[in-house]
Amino acid sequence: MGAGHVHPLHLERGSPVHRLAPEVKIVATVLFTVAVVATPREAFWAFAGYAVILGVVAAIASVPAGWLLKRSLIELPFVALAVLLPFLASGDQITWLGVTMSRDGLLGGWNILAKGTLGVLASLLLAATTTTRDLLAGLDRLRCPRIVTQIAMFMLRYLDVLGDEARRMRIARLSRGDDPRFLWQLRGLASGLGALFLRAFERGERVYLAMLSRGYTGRTPAALSADGAATTGQWAAASVVPVAAVALAIAAVLA
Amino acid sequence: MKGEYDLRALSLDVRAVRYAYPDGHVALNGVDLSIAPGERVALLGPNGAGKTTLVLHLNGILPGAHADGASGTVAVGGLEVRAGDRSCLAEIRRRVGIVFQDPDDQLFMSTVAEDVAFGPANLGLRGAALAERVDEALAAVGMAEHRDRAPHHLSFGQRRRVAVATVLAMRPEILVLDEPSSNLDPASRRELSEILRGLPVTLLMVTHDLPYAMELCDRSVILDSGQIVADGETTDLLSDADLLARHRLELPYGFAVPAARGRMNRHPSSIGGEAVTATRP
Repeated sequence: MGAGHVHPLHLERGSPVHRLAPEVKIVATVLFTVAVVATPREAFWAFAGYAVILGVVAAIASVPAGWLLKRSLIELPFVALAVLLPFLASGDQITWLGVTMSRDGLLGGWNILAKGTLGVLASLLLAATTTTRDLLAGLDRLRCPRIVTQIAMFMLRYLDVLGDEARRMRIARLSRGDDPRFLWQLRGLASGLGALFLRAFERGERVYLAMLSRGYTGRTPAALSADGAATTGQWAAASVVPVAAVALAIAAVLA
Repeated sequence: MKGEYDLRALSLDVRAVRYAYPDGHVALNGVDLSIAPGERVALLGPNGAGKTTLVLHLNGILPGAHADGASGTVAVGGLEVRAGDRSCLAEIRRRVGIVFQDPDDQLFMSTVAEDVAFGPANLGLRGAALAERVDEALAAVGMAEHRDRAPHHLSFGQRRRVAVATVLAMRPEILVLDEPSSNLDPASRRELSEILRGLPVTLLMVTHDLPYAMELCDRSVILDSGQIVADGETTDLLSDADLLARHRLELPYGFAVPAARGRMNRHPSSIGGEAVTATRP
């Protein structure tokens, strides 16, 4: 917790991709991912095509490959399943280098690995080129329910505050000799989490009172998110990515 | 309704306000308090005296529309608070700017400028008019160069100043501060007092910090057990050791109240005892 001053998933650059309106990038990412998921798993060449598309976007956005790869490690738990699948699944068995594997399992594992990796890389590119603030503004302009964007906004705002609070409570606990190294010592931690929840709840109430005091009527004033909406040119430029991906997916399905 | 003021109207006129919480605890037991335009008044009182409850009455958050244990009236600049009347409450909340004790409760948008814009945008301002309000409020608290930073990256003192700006942007009739000096280092404390003294608004300051009250406010009122038990010149009240002791108020160790009439001439407009007479019988 406590992301520090710079969000770890955002990369500050002045590239054309960074300058695109957020809603354009969100739509492009979602469509790209849907196209990837809809592609039959045997169409290996199509997945190579998707990877090339992502590579080109990353190059334009000047996001280094190493930066992307390091953050894509989040995918590891799923990769573990993908690696196990060939050995666990039943069906036709094939032998490769003396190891017996299930053909179905192998394809299933590849399916998870390829689609998962492409999806993760696409989201990372979106996060790298768009601040969380802009993401929320984009979702808002895409008619995402206000209540959802507002909850997300408050979560972002208060995550650091809560993290700080949790850290202070932990230090205070350790200062009084708590050392929860074993399961039976977790009582202090558990009641600490309970206290943290109550504090968050009470803070929520105080924040709401403070908002009411400044004339809040249930929705964020429109004047605060009016600027920077996408132009037709931006929609056209960004549509290259999903159009290419959908074309690949259709070709793969028909092939 | 907006902008129409009776120039002779009191900034704040609280009459016989009584409020009991749903559990039956009586928090306010007949509070009367009048504040004239331009006055700076300190509201003193021990913990649990009902100070926060009173503050929430000033902009109509309390009592709710269906509160049983509530009676009395609150008027701001001549406009009476009517619980349940939305447009009335909106105007009351514009006129009364409350700065809460914890700036993290008050600053919830992603940047300082957006947060300051939240109030006036709720009033329907947009575009250049909105930007003007934001600039004006941030300049008043000396935070203009931090407008694009995230509130949680500022120091505590800076956050409190931004919190003041968020309500100044609504051009309030009266500014209500809950414990403005709490958790501030001495330099931030002094900077805030300089800022507050320079603001052309009526000020009501809720505090335990008696020296701060004396520095900023000519007049003080003491609230205890839900009632105003004293109302007069700050120096007079703070010199009365018995009065302070009766209501669990204490001056810091080593602090001596300067002689009542021999103070520095800080507020030319309100020297002498006029402040005391502002209270109605």
